[in-house]
Amino acid sequence: MNPELFQQLLFYVFATITVGSAMAVVSVKNTVYAALFLVLCFFNTAILWMLIEAEFLAITLVLVYVGAVMVLFLFVVMMLDIKKPKAAILKQSYTKAALLIVLAMLVELMMLFGYKMQDQLPQSELIRMPEGYSNVEEIGLELFTHYVYPFEIAAVILLVAIIAAICLTLRKRLENKTIDASKQININPAERMRVVSMKAEKGGGSKS
Amino acid sequence: MSKVVNYLKSLTLKELRRGMGLTLKYFFKRKFTVRYPEEKTPKSPRFRGLHALRRYPNGEERCIACKLCEAVCPAAAITIDSDVREDGSRRTTKYEIDLFKCIYCGFCEESCPVDSIVETDIHEYHFESKGKNIITKEQLLAIGDMYEEKIAETKQQDAKYR
Amino acid sequence: MILEQIWMIVWTLLKIVAIMLPLILCVAYATYFERKVIAFMHTRMGPNRVGLFGFRLRGLMQPFADVIKLLTKEIIFPSNANKFLFLIAPVITLATAFAAWAVVPFEDGLVLANINAGLVYILAMTSLGVYGVIIAGWASNSKYALLGALRSAAQIVSYEIAMGFALVGVLVAAGSLNLTEIVHGQQGGIQNWYFIPLFPLFVIYFIAGVAETNRAPFDVAEGESEIVAGFHVEYSGSAFAVFFLAEYANMIIISALAAIMFLGGWYSPIGGDSILATPSVFWFFVKTCVFMYLYFWFRASFPRYRYDQIMRLGWKVFIPITIVWIMVVAIMKVYHLGPWF
Repeated sequence: MNPELFQQLLFYVFATITVGSAMAVVSVKNTVYAALFLVLCFFNTAILWMLIEAEFLAITLVLVYVGAVMVLFLFVVMMLDIKKPKAAILKQSYTKAALLIVLAMLVELMMLFGYKMQDQLPQSELIRMPEGYSNVEEIGLELFTHYVYPFEIAAVILLVAIIAAICLTLRKRLENKTIDASKQININPAERMRVVSMKAEKGGGSKS
Repeated sequence: MSKVVNYLKSLTLKELRRGMGLTLKYFFKRKFTVRYPEEKTPKSPRFRGLHALRRYPNGEERCIACKLCEAVCPAAAITIDSDVREDGSRRTTKYEIDLFKCIYCGFCEESCPVDSIVETDIHEYHFESKGKNIITKEQLLAIGDMYEEKIAETKQQDAKYR
Repeated sequence: MILEQIWMIVWTLLKIVAIMLPLILCVAYATYFERKVIAFMHTRMGPNRVGLFGFRLRGLMQPFADVIKLLTKEIIFPSNANKFLFLIAPVITLATAFAAWAVVPFEDGLVLANINAGLVYILAMTSLGVYGVIIAGWASNSKYALLGALRSAAQIVSYEIAMGFALVGVLVAAGSLNLTEIVHGQQGGIQNWYFIPLFPLFVIYFIAGVAETNRAPFDVAEGESEIVAGFHVEYSGSAFAVFFLAEYANMIIISALAAIMFLGGWYSPIGGDSILATPSVFWFFVKTCVFMYLYFWFRASFPRYRYDQIMRLGWKVFIPITIVWIMVVAIMKVYHLGPWF
């Protein structure tokens, strides 16, 4: 068993899990299970990327998609009332659209394979970098030299999206009685409270 | 101006540091913990623990079955049956205290006209089976016999405040 | 060839065991340490009973007594709970807490996996831990558990951002994501450590770390006095023990990372030629212990934050400060300020 074979074995194991969990995402009834299968799918995709030595991208995938995005997904899904499956409604309305998307993706994949056939992509073996090669630096350099404009534009678009989302949801209702924490913290106790010194009461009543 | 000062104060975590300073000071303080089974805190002579029935120095039991304690007991923990003894005196045939019901208020002790039922300062006792929580007259008398000296001493100490 | 492969796998497994076993022992004694520290701050004695063979040993055997007690207890499944998810949740929490240790360098070269993206890897692993919490809360079929899980998840996700930004400062200063490289960047005495130029980030990193591990004063996820025990109310016996283990393993890793990234890892704070001045795993351990002590010190000192205050602190205070300081660090880096850059 040479290292390449071992790697191929690993690839097939994790690829099977990826495909299987991806299929489970759309086939399980329970939405929480579906979300969790999607997490598994992402995780295995990250492992596959790791196998082609894209460790930075793989870890970023885990960090961003699994660690943050899917958590919020799961949040929403858990709040849903899963006891009323609307399987019947789902079945009739979205099948055609789904088939269309599948067709489009199939065509894209075929095109990609066709591209590979033309010897544009390395065919049988992966590009192996020497030990100590850091693709973090490479990605950074590429992003900030060749792709600096697309990168910055994408960043600005994201920022705009964030601000827009906040503006759309931020509204102060008059009856809202939320406490403002920063106001509370900046309270000076001397303004609100007066320490009064009083004469101590002597035991005036029934003295036993 | 004061707003800026406040801002700086909160930014440098002033109050949190003060709080942590206080806890750090106590970290090095002497510890007050009493290591219980080896060390014990002193007990007041008024301490109300396990009950006991006392006897007169001549060996005669004090209890005359007046049932005042039974009447006064707020938890109804005391059960008394009485009968006439051979010598014609009224004595208890049954004197039981349910220690699960008892709230250790000391009313029985105060109501007793002959200082018979008392509460000792024993508080470390346990029961190992169901039903053992009801202590009988014999047990109460035995406790009284065993701790008579101690009981007499504490009663003496407390007598002038009664 | 095959033998070599198998040997490599076995050797890696042995190395993993060599990290795991001391770690579990450290967790056990972290609980003892915590109880002692908090007790001392309350002017109490703390656990001092459990000894070995009739010797008291100041209660040093307490953790083992606790572990044996927890392991011999029954795991109770709540009615209608999802059994598979209920059992897998503590395992996920523990696995991610331990997986993060793979890239932690204990000494120069003493590291399981010296990968280039070490810092991001650790962030990814700590963020994965939230799944255990969420799944536990959901699978328990209990409203307190679900509330605790939601609180905890929101808290972890938001403090991860502040923490990530604090780590960006370190990354800018060291110019590497590799943890060994980061420590190497702090070579040469206490004045070279990153906590001086990155002081605000250092403070924010540790506070965010406390929040990330759901420890006091940010323990709303557990909130003994409000929602009983949060996401692990329904857990008992060894399943609870696993959660406990994971929580403390996470605390230790946050402390270890603080030592690595801001206090120069295995380098000694003492100059000169004495035996104490040589960089060694001892110094790494001491620095980690200092941060563990801080954890317990916080717990003994501060009351619990209100939930909205936690969110405010994370989003409105920490993130702006870290962004500003990343700019400052970048400027310092460009002008090669001080001994650090």
